[in-house]
Amino acid sequence: MANVSSEYAVQMHGITKRFGSFYALENMDLDVKRGTIHSLLGENGAGKSTLMNVLYGLYQADEGEIFVNGKKVDIKNPNVAIANGIGMVHQHFMLVDDFTVTQNIILGNETTSGLGVVDMKKARQQILEIVEKYGLEVDPDARVSDISVGMQQRVEILKTLYRGAELLILDEPTAVLTPQEIEELLTIMRNLINDGKAIIIITHKLKEIKASSDTCTIIRRGKYIDTIGVEHVTENELATLMVGHEVKLVVDKEPAKPGEVVFEIKNLIVKDDRKLDVVKDFNLQVRKGEIVGIAGIDGNGQKELMEAINCLRPAAGGEILVNGKPIANTTPRKVIDNGVSTIPEDRHKRGLVLDYTVNENAVLERYREAPFSKNGILNRKEIENFTKELIEEFDVRPDDCGPKRAAGLSGGNQQKVIIGREIAMDPDVLIAVQPTRGLDVGAIETVHKTLIRERDKGKAVLLISFELDEVMDVSDTIAVIYDGHIQDVFKQGTVDESTIGLLMAGGKGNE
Amino acid sequence: MNKAEYILRKPFVKTLIAIVLGFLVAGIILVIAGYPPIESLKALFDGVFSSSKHLSNVIIKSTPLIMIGIGVAFAFKTGLFNIGAEGQFIIGCAAAVVVGIECDFHPVIQIPLVLLAGAVAGGLYGGFIGLLKARFGIHEVLTSIMMNWIALYFSNWVCNLDRYHKPDTLGTYTVNKSGYTKVLSEWKMTSEGKETLLESEFLTNTLLKTDVNIGIIVAIILAAIVSFLLFRTAKGYELRAVGFNKFAAEFAGINVNKNILHSMLISGAICGLAAALYITGNSPHSIATLSAFENYGFNGLSVCLIAASSPIGCIFAGLLFGGLIYGGQSMQYAVGAPSELINIVIGIIVFFVALTHVIPILFAKFSKGGKKHDK
Amino acid sequence: MISNITLFIGIMLMYSTPLVFAALGGVITERAGVTNLGIEGMMSLGAFVGAAAAYSTGNPWIGFAAAGLVGGVVAFFHAFASITCRADQTISGIAINMIGPGLALFLCRLMYDGATMTHPITNKIPKIFGSTLKGALGNLNVDVTVVIALIFAILIWFLLYKTKWGLHIRAVGEHPAAADTMGINVFRTRYVCTVASGVLAGFGGGAMTLAIISQFNPTAISGQGFIALAAVIFGKWTPHGAYGACLLFGGAQALTVILGGGAFAIPSEILAMLPYVLTIVILILFVGRSAAPKASGVPYEKGAR
Repeated sequence: MANVSSEYAVQMHGITKRFGSFYALENMDLDVKRGTIHSLLGENGAGKSTLMNVLYGLYQADEGEIFVNGKKVDIKNPNVAIANGIGMVHQHFMLVDDFTVTQNIILGNETTSGLGVVDMKKARQQILEIVEKYGLEVDPDARVSDISVGMQQRVEILKTLYRGAELLILDEPTAVLTPQEIEELLTIMRNLINDGKAIIIITHKLKEIKASSDTCTIIRRGKYIDTIGVEHVTENELATLMVGHEVKLVVDKEPAKPGEVVFEIKNLIVKDDRKLDVVKDFNLQVRKGEIVGIAGIDGNGQKELMEAINCLRPAAGGEILVNGKPIANTTPRKVIDNGVSTIPEDRHKRGLVLDYTVNENAVLERYREAPFSKNGILNRKEIENFTKELIEEFDVRPDDCGPKRAAGLSGGNQQKVIIGREIAMDPDVLIAVQPTRGLDVGAIETVHKTLIRERDKGKAVLLISFELDEVMDVSDTIAVIYDGHIQDVFKQGTVDESTIGLLMAGGKGNE
Repeated sequence: MNKAEYILRKPFVKTLIAIVLGFLVAGIILVIAGYPPIESLKALFDGVFSSSKHLSNVIIKSTPLIMIGIGVAFAFKTGLFNIGAEGQFIIGCAAAVVVGIECDFHPVIQIPLVLLAGAVAGGLYGGFIGLLKARFGIHEVLTSIMMNWIALYFSNWVCNLDRYHKPDTLGTYTVNKSGYTKVLSEWKMTSEGKETLLESEFLTNTLLKTDVNIGIIVAIILAAIVSFLLFRTAKGYELRAVGFNKFAAEFAGINVNKNILHSMLISGAICGLAAALYITGNSPHSIATLSAFENYGFNGLSVCLIAASSPIGCIFAGLLFGGLIYGGQSMQYAVGAPSELINIVIGIIVFFVALTHVIPILFAKFSKGGKKHDK
Repeated sequence: MISNITLFIGIMLMYSTPLVFAALGGVITERAGVTNLGIEGMMSLGAFVGAAAAYSTGNPWIGFAAAGLVGGVVAFFHAFASITCRADQTISGIAINMIGPGLALFLCRLMYDGATMTHPITNKIPKIFGSTLKGALGNLNVDVTVVIALIFAILIWFLLYKTKWGLHIRAVGEHPAAADTMGINVFRTRYVCTVASGVLAGFGGGAMTLAIISQFNPTAISGQGFIALAAVIFGKWTPHGAYGACLLFGGAQALTVILGGGAFAIPSEILAMLPYVLTIVILILFVGRSAAPKASGVPYEKGAR
């Protein structure tokens, strides 16, 4: 814990935060110097977001003090935080979909011209000035629901700068960016630093810390572990500090032994909600015993591709074949019955009925089949037994969660229930979309191991992920998607990250 | 969570607290209005419990409310707000009357026929709302409100048709006696029947003086069937899944639109059945021109809310509601407190039901020494 | 012919005015994220208090203000239950619908010797052109409340879409967490909007008993609150949409009156159905999918993920 001084943009000393009897933060310290990029590293649930929510005034600490530029402050609410020059970019964007970029930026801080009328012209002008200064490309009149995730993030950053932030908190900023976009973000961050601002990055991504930060504070289970200079430490050392023991960062796997083609997409065309082609002449093959990973930036048609495969959206052209049988434009039921199981991207929206118990969720696709049902009447005992086995095999915690609501499980455990359920259907094709989103290192390891195990059993596995590392690590074959079609396909080990990154952004690879 | 807090979280306890609070506030209003509170409430209680005739009437009055509550609860469980129960009840009554007048078969056929007519009419009427939602995405509250008014005027039109209109009255002819669901309705009117019944005070008070009918038995059986359907069958699983999270249900292969339609069909059919039982079981066994809604549907909705959408709970909530309305008449008679007061009391109870989920949370906060945790 | 048209317009405006007030209230509160099903109850109490106050003071405007006031007070209870206590807003609204009319009748009996209607008020809300106009043009001599309703609709449109408060209200209804992180007080915004909706609903009730029927009786408010709610949904939660929907209902009612008195042999009951059937037909043909503000009906909890 450093001495209080104006050298530091912010200092948090002895912060404790309780929720009931649960200590989210216990005597936590954080000191961030002006003009630096400082990472806050910890696993999911370690307390990083909670600490930053205290700093931003969304929570009040039970104990501890906060100093801004050497002065003690009492941050009662976000308005006070904003007044003290603190700005926050949340992991889940706080943007109103129906509003324009400009409206989102000025919300709560509008310049008005008499009678409360918002002065839109002045607002646009002010925004464009900031855009110029730091290189944050946005379209001020676009609706937020229509713009890319990358631009949405820039809007979030603009929100803080519009209010004169001197200290920016970025919560998991690179979750949805390509290597190129991460470079752009780093440039923006450097511009801000050179202007004397300070940046705190909340992350559990070791590579990002190495690439961006000057210093790093590690938090584990709400407690302070250490603060280190990033230059002289390795990723493995960071991982060990974060988790508390040695961690394997790269998954072990045997080489693939692929069989015949089981899942094939031919010339697929899918339109989006605005009736524009967003999946364009898409071709892909997945074989038995093979993991094909699709690398790409969010917004290049992956969502619509998945919806077409699952028949939640019509295919405007082309075919999707499972074991030679066409499944496009049928029903979600037929897709499942043809041996395709999907681990969806959004586990709360598509994956689980949160108000149902874990028992009930475990049979979400199969409640009508024997032995779970007979003559239309549910067989509770069978469902319970099945779920018990699933919980044991996939290490879902707590292990007596069967009769409890799924909403009560942590994100990682919820994901395990979904994965276990889909695998238990013994599909021919297993599709996993963003399967490790929001999971901590241990859970990520489990998921990857599971996918490889299914591959070894002879399944065809399709992995769609925005985490390039994950795709490169786990897949036997890597396909790059850009603008709705596959740019190129590579065998694992024959291509490097920057080539893929280039393809993901629409560039041409090395010939 | 300690023992007291655990008890406070139980739905039955929460409803009980709401009822007690409701009566308390009612007492305060009585005092302000100048009516003696204790006497008034005593009159209310006596109006329900003091004789088997009263108890019988309460059960009879509660029957349609219980069933409509079950119908609305069914829709709630599947994510739909069936505020159209009022219209489905009216249509069910009209259908039951028409079929009950047109047909005159042996009771073994007539009764199921009339009941079926009510259920089918209500079901189709509700199903239409479900269809509009499933096919066109039109909000069921909007359609329901329109359909309620259409039902009202349609019923009046039927009422005034020469074929059905009873001259010099505001209503229709009665349905044929073969359709009555009253217990021993013919026999108790004969001199022989009356003689036998008069021998027992209990039977005199109930059978002779009130419209005892099989409706309550049907209601109880219905509650059990609906409960079973919702929680023990694959269809119920589907319907509730759609109600909780239609996106996940869709993803898992469940046909969301079909289930929305089925839900409203069944909900409407239950309300229609309630209507048919009401017509066949209660004098005057006919319908009359309505100048405004009789509020069976809206009261059934309140019953459902008090029962927290539990089909079995609707039985008790319905009895409570019926007791309050019927006993309220006695209160009016005894101390002059007007019938609106009962509506106010019921409304306050419903209001407190909305609030009572907060009670265990408040209790938890206070029991920890009154220390505030979050602001 | 002309007089039929002006008659139509006049009746349309008359019928729709109470609906407009109530519907505008519904739009505001829903936009802020609070479901207010209790409009009917608030209108009933507003109708009674308005008539009673106007009768006692001889001044309809005092009655009108009193109507709004009482509506606001009732809405405050709803706001307390829904926002502070995070109770189920549907249940709270329905409770108000039961209490409102009952309380109105109860108070009426209390104040007027057991009668269920108030004495007719001597001074109604004035007409816009005074009391002298007759004939075809006379049909267009509507009550001042009609104009007030239109002005409110325009003002609320302006508020929601042009001012910063409107931006706050809409943000709170779509994404309260985002508004919260921008320093907007979600609770206070919702409270203000809910109370405002009660005031407007009260005005709607007052417009009924002070301008149209000049007294309160048990059937003064029977279903208008629900029609107003339907208008909100029909108008896709916009003030101009709701206004148009109310005009539609009013127009259909006017049509019923005009056709009913004419030579057509349509039974009066079928005619009475007309506005409602028309609404459904229009819905199917033109309106289709409608989406409430995203956070409508969901109590806001800080830090809830």
